[in-house]
Amino acid sequence: VLNADVCSEFPLQEMLDFRQRHGDAHSFVMLGTTALRARQGAQALNCGGIVANADTHEVLHYVEKPSTFVSEIINCGIYLFTPAIFQHIGDVFRRNQQELVLEENSNGWQRAEVIRLEQDIFTALAGSGKLYVYKTDGFWSQIKSAGSAIYASRLYLNQYSQCHPERLAQNKPGGPIIRGNVYIHPTASVDSTAVLGPNVSIGKGVTVGAGVRVRESIVLHGASLHDHTCVLNTIVGWDSTIGRWARVEGTPSDPNPNDPYAKIDSETLFRDGRLTPSITILGCSVTIPAEVVILNSIVLPHKELSRSYKNQIIL
Amino acid sequence: AGPLALARDLLAEDGEPFFVLNSDVICEFPFAALASFHRHHGGEGSIIVTRVEEPAKYGVVVSEPDSGRICRFVEKPRVFVSNKINAGLYMFSPAILRRIQLRPTSIEKEIFPAMAQEGQLYAMELQGFWMDIGQPKDFLTGMCMYLHSLRIQHPERLHSGPGIVGNVLVDPSAKIGANCIIGPNVTIGAGVVVEDGVRIKRCTVLKGARIRSHSWLESCIVGWSCSVGQWVRMENVTVLGEDVIVNDELYLNGANVLPHKSIAESVPEPRIIM
Repeated sequence: VLNADVCSEFPLQEMLDFRQRHGDAHSFVMLGTTALRARQGAQALNCGGIVANADTHEVLHYVEKPSTFVSEIINCGIYLFTPAIFQHIGDVFRRNQQELVLEENSNGWQRAEVIRLEQDIFTALAGSGKLYVYKTDGFWSQIKSAGSAIYASRLYLNQYSQCHPERLAQNKPGGPIIRGNVYIHPTASVDSTAVLGPNVSIGKGVTVGAGVRVRESIVLHGASLHDHTCVLNTIVGWDSTIGRWARVEGTPSDPNPNDPYAKIDSETLFRDGRLTPSITILGCSVTIPAEVVILNSIVLPHKELSRSYKNQIIL
Repeated sequence: AGPLALARDLLAEDGEPFFVLNSDVICEFPFAALASFHRHHGGEGSIIVTRVEEPAKYGVVVSEPDSGRICRFVEKPRVFVSNKINAGLYMFSPAILRRIQLRPTSIEKEIFPAMAQEGQLYAMELQGFWMDIGQPKDFLTGMCMYLHSLRIQHPERLHSGPGIVGNVLVDPSAKIGANCIIGPNVTIGAGVVVEDGVRIKRCTVLKGARIRSHSWLESCIVGWSCSVGQWVRMENVTVLGEDVIVNDELYLNGANVLPHKSIAESVPEPRIIM
């Protein structure tokens, strides 16, 4: 069972192997990773905290989104269950029903309908000898905000460079200049004077004109970048167009790049009444005119802009 | 006025009248007309005045309509007395040097009022454009006015060719690359190199500067020997002092950069970089 809002190496085979070594036929495995030491406060409080036996890796204690620090091992949201999990879910459900009868609180109707995997199932399974944690050193990150996709893309492209370098673009005579890890779909058309990367993904059927600079960005399929544009820290939506000499730029919100275990914190959209600088997002079929600057902005689909914008959400 | 006293020997040498100019103004500089006006009235001093829409912001000159003899000066008048202000161009006879002592002296506050009382000062009205170009924003406006006047008086001095739009002045030793669009209202100094794919509008690019490829500049002043990187965007009266380096892919909005600095980060909101 996988949460869809995470990016990871997805070490599923390793989790299966681990289970064979450490558990029995009925045990469940949860993937865990290490939160950044310096940011344990923020990071661990947003995820599930796991306390495990250092030798057997059995989960002894589990708290979802604790209000105090529990552990530096956090729950990745990737699980390996057997059908026996349904038994446990049923037990928890029945227990909740009984508590509901005893409870006078009017919130009781919610509790009968909802079972939460983390709060209700894992906290109960911890310490019962049935739940284990497989700690991974591979990359993992939540991808809760739109901007996190850029960070996740960097992790995946880096993964490609190690395991599937043939998928990444190479510098070739007559081709664009490639810096770092860049993916270019085979149907994309990129001018030889463009400079791409690091951390760039060019989608299906995209056109990249002469003298274009793209860095730390994702360009989704059908988009068109006209001559001399500069696209930094941006997600360009499907079929969007960016006019000549335009500058489309966002602000990265990455964790400390020097720490291999660093994770992105989820941020509030506004701070002190102003939009927090973040990755610039262009929705699908957005048109950016020539020679403008679009900075730290979010443009909803099908908008045709007529001037520069900074730190705005354009509806 | 003190500096005039310092140059006394040089100025009085041949007994001829001499021009004095404020260096922070631009206009068509009607030297011949001013010399002839000065000789005609025979007084000690001539001041070029220009008509402005908002005289209350300046010091105004009150003069006789026919002769141009100046009666008095009024600083920032609250009621309308005149719409002519001192344009900062003068012609003086050497006799004026008697009035100036060798110390810091304001010619407008100390010398002119006395001369006006004695009827020795005359005002000649300027034809054509005038601009005080002390502030960068006004410098660019003045540059536009100057280029417009060139288009009318000496259009052959302006540049033309593929990628040149409107009034553009380019030194013969400058080089402009392929696929550029330069103008309107751009001046490019000696030895400047503009690489391929550059867009420049309403800017002054001073001698020896290099603008690297694919950059976009509007309403900027690029100082001598600067190097502006690739894919740079500069706008909103960004001013680069001498020998400033701007790294690739940056955005400068209203940045005022002192000389010899290296800029490695964008300046998204106007400020001074020291």
